[in-house]
Amino acid sequence: MQFDSFADFIAMGGYGFYVWLSFGSCALILLGILFSSLNDTKRIFSSVKQQAQREERIKKAKQEAGQ
Amino acid sequence: MVKQHSYWQLFTAVFSKDLKLAFRQRAEIVNPILFFLIVITLFPLAIGPEPGLLARMAPGIIWVAALLSTMLGLDKLFRDDYHDGTLEQLIASSYPLPLTVLAKVAAHWVITGLPLVLMTPVFALLLNLESSALLATVLTLLLGTPLLSFIGAIGAGLTVGLQKGGILMSLLVLPLYIPVLIFATSAIDTSSMELAYSGQLAILGAMLIVAIIAAPIAISSALKVSVS
Amino acid sequence: MWKWLHPYAKADRAYQLCNTLLPYFAVVTVVCMIVGWVWGLAYAPADYQQKDSYRIIFIHVPSAILSMGAYSSMAIAAVIALVWQLRNAELAVIAIAPVGACVTAIALITGAAWGKPMWGAWWVWDARLTSELILLFLYLGVLSLYHAFEDKKAAGRAACILAIVGVINLPIIHFSVEWWNTLHQGATITKFDTKAIDPSMFWPLMVNIVAFAGFVGVVTLIRLKNEILQREKHRPWVRDMVERG
Repeated sequence: MQFDSFADFIAMGGYGFYVWLSFGSCALILLGILFSSLNDTKRIFSSVKQQAQREERIKKAKQEAGQ
Repeated sequence: MVKQHSYWQLFTAVFSKDLKLAFRQRAEIVNPILFFLIVITLFPLAIGPEPGLLARMAPGIIWVAALLSTMLGLDKLFRDDYHDGTLEQLIASSYPLPLTVLAKVAAHWVITGLPLVLMTPVFALLLNLESSALLATVLTLLLGTPLLSFIGAIGAGLTVGLQKGGILMSLLVLPLYIPVLIFATSAIDTSSMELAYSGQLAILGAMLIVAIIAAPIAISSALKVSVS
Repeated sequence: MWKWLHPYAKADRAYQLCNTLLPYFAVVTVVCMIVGWVWGLAYAPADYQQKDSYRIIFIHVPSAILSMGAYSSMAIAAVIALVWQLRNAELAVIAIAPVGACVTAIALITGAAWGKPMWGAWWVWDARLTSELILLFLYLGVLSLYHAFEDKKAAGRAACILAIVGVINLPIIHFSVEWWNTLHQGATITKFDTKAIDPSMFWPLMVNIVAFAGFVGVVTLIRLKNEILQREKHRPWVRDMVERG
C-alpha cells in the first residue's frame, strides 16, 4: 500500500481531482455502454416474446372463428 | 451486351454530359465561387483588418474556404443522376463503373475546383497574401482540389440514397480532408518563408495519384450499395 | 483448413459461439479490472517526477491502445464482410463501433485530465491527441452512417466501406498530424518518460490492458448477439430460444 491513510488515498498527493475525474468518467462510460447493451438484449427478448404471443392469439382467434 | 464504344468514348461522353448540364444552369458554377468569396470576406470582418495578421492567416483561410465550397457541389454530384435513374443505368451497363465515376468526378472538379484555382490571385489580393506565396497557393489548390473531389465523392456516393445526406456527408468527409489541409497550408507557409516547398507538393501529388487509382473503386462500390 | 469456420457464417451458430465465449471474457475482464485498478491506484509506487497524477496512465494507455485496436478489428471485419459477403462480419462491424467510440472518448477525457496538471492545459494540439480526436470522428461517422439508412442491409455495407476508407486514411492522418505538429511548434510535449518503464508500474499496466481488451470483447459479444437477434427476430430458432427462457 502506497498510502498511509484513506484520506491520503483520496488526495492522491494533491492530484486527487484529476485522478478521480479520469477514473470516475472512465467507470461511468464503461458501465454506461455495458448496461445499455444489456438493456438492448432485454428489449429485443421482450419484443420477440410479444410478437410470438401476438401471433399465438391471432392463430387462436382464427381457429375459433373457423369452428 | 456488346461494348460498342471504347472506354475513352465513355469517359468523354459522361464528362461532357456533366459539363453541359452544369453550364446550362450556371448557378452551379457561380455559387461555389460566390460562397468562397463570401467566406473570405467574413474572415477579415471577424478577426480584424490588420494586414500582417491576414497575410499570416491567408493560407488557412483560403484552404478552409476551398474545403467548404467543394463540399457544396458534392451533394449534387450523384443526386440528380440518382433521382432520374441514370445512375442505375450506369451501374447496370457493361462498362466499368469506376471509369464512369472517374469521368463524373473529373467533371465535378472542372466545375467547382478549377474556377477556384483560377480565381485565387484575386482572393490572395484581398487577404494581403505575399506574392511569393501566391504561386504556392495556386499549385497546392491545383493538386489539392481534385483530391478533395475524389475523397468527397466517396462520401457523396455513400449518402446519395439518403433523404438528408448532405450534412451527414460533411461529417464523414471532413475528417478525411485533414491530411490535404495540413500539407497544402504548410506548403504555402513554407513558401512565404522563401523556402523550398517541393516536398509538400510531392506528397500532395502522391496522395492525388493514390486517390485517382483507389477512390473510383470505393466510390463505385458505395454507389452500388446506395442504389441496390 | 478453414472448414471449421464455415458453420459460424450461420446466425444461430455464431450466436451460440458468442454465448460460449462470453463467460470467459467476462471472468477475465472482472478479475483483471479489479486487480488492475486496485494495484494501479493503491499499490503501484508513485512516479518520481509526476507523483500520483501518473496513475491516470493505468486507464489512459489501455484505452488509447484499444481505441486503435478496436478500429483495426472493425476494419478487418469490414473487409471480411465485403469480400466474403458474410452478414455476421457486417454485424460485428456495427457491434464494435460504439465500444470503440467509448474507449476513444475515455482516452481523450483521461488525456485531458492528465494534461491539465502536467502541461497546464486541458487540451493541447499535440499530434497524438489530435489524431485520437479524428479517430473519434471516424467512429462517429461509421455509426451515424449506419443509423441514417432505413434499409439495414445497405446500412451495414455502407458502414463497412466507410470503415475501410477510414483505415486506409488513418495512418496518413496520423503521420500528417505528427508532421504538422513538429513543423509548427516543435516537440514541446514530452512523451511519457523515455526511460524503460519500471516493472512495478509495467505489470499493473499490462493487467489493465488485458482488462480493457476483455471489456471491449465482452461488450462486442453482447452487442453482436443483439444485432444477430435483431436481424433474425422472425426466425424459429430465436422464437424457440426466447420461449425456453
